[in-house]
Amino acid sequence: MGRVVVEVMPKPEILDPQGKAVVGALPRLGFTQFTGVRQGKRFELEVDGEVTPEILEQARKAAEEVLSNPVIEDVVAVIDASEGAAAAPAQSAGLA
Amino acid sequence: MGRLNSARIGVVTFPGTLDDRDAARAVRLAGGEPVALWHADADLRGVDAVVLPGGFSYGDYLRAGAISRFAPAMSSVVDAARGGMPVLGICNGFQVLTEAHLLPGSMIKNDHLHFVCREQTLVVANANTAWTNEFATGQRITIPLKNQDGQFVADDATLDRLEGEGRVAFRYDGWNPNGSRRDIAGITNEKGNVVGLMPHPEHAVEPGFGPAGADGPHAGTDGLAFFRSVLASLVGA
Repeated sequence: MGRVVVEVMPKPEILDPQGKAVVGALPRLGFTQFTGVRQGKRFELEVDGEVTPEILEQARKAAEEVLSNPVIEDVVAVIDASEGAAAAPAQSAGLA
Repeated sequence: MGRLNSARIGVVTFPGTLDDRDAARAVRLAGGEPVALWHADADLRGVDAVVLPGGFSYGDYLRAGAISRFAPAMSSVVDAARGGMPVLGICNGFQVLTEAHLLPGSMIKNDHLHFVCREQTLVVANANTAWTNEFATGQRITIPLKNQDGQFVADDATLDRLEGEGRVAFRYDGWNPNGSRRDIAGITNEKGNVVGLMPHPEHAVEPGFGPAGADGPHAGTDGLAFFRSVLASLVGA
């Protein structure tokens, strides 16, 4: 079974209210080193069989058209995360 | 008047929609005939206009309005809206309209992170749309506001264009309840047939059950004019 991981983050220029709340809470729990937090989303898309270039391409399309909203979010990674896949990202998308 | 009395206004129900009954009631109180539409049915049943009501369609999963956009009913609504049919998106319905690209921008979590529920005063910024023509530009109205993901955002170029083209329909008056860019509470498309706003006109249509009004607590019926506006625009069409 193959798996593609898609990561989506709020755009840098969009204030991330959730991240802001988290960074405010961290020092209260003793974590004083962290000056900023941004909260995003990770999707795991499963497929029967292996992750082919075509499947990665479809995942990229789904990431751009459904999993993210380009007005407020960027797709920061589309990665073959199948067992045995290279540890390095096979392909990234949406980095432009 | 015949046309006015027989105008059929569709109200779409998605899984998780909350305010479809109130929207249908508002249509009836304004003098129209509400028609229940179902998200899974692409047939708009010959309606003259459509309301996308508030709620938490699909539990707001993924993003508010993101999954509803792909409902069969929405494909028909998008086609009809592009053809000029009046469409009003209220709260979650506004979020659906942005996800469907009928209106620009998007909504993110309120800047203070809390759910907000209050009687909200708005300034009418454009009284020439299908849903606002019974108002006067600059008029102050009060209708309920209730949401968690109500912060309207768009890039500066989009905001400049909206303001330059007079497409800001409503602004928050006095206090911005969610951090929306430039105090924007509602916007319209270029033709003025599609309007989306976060506050809820359908909850301010009947004396005794609305927000505060000139005649006392719960007397406000400022929301009625939205639905009377669309009936008037259909007569004029």
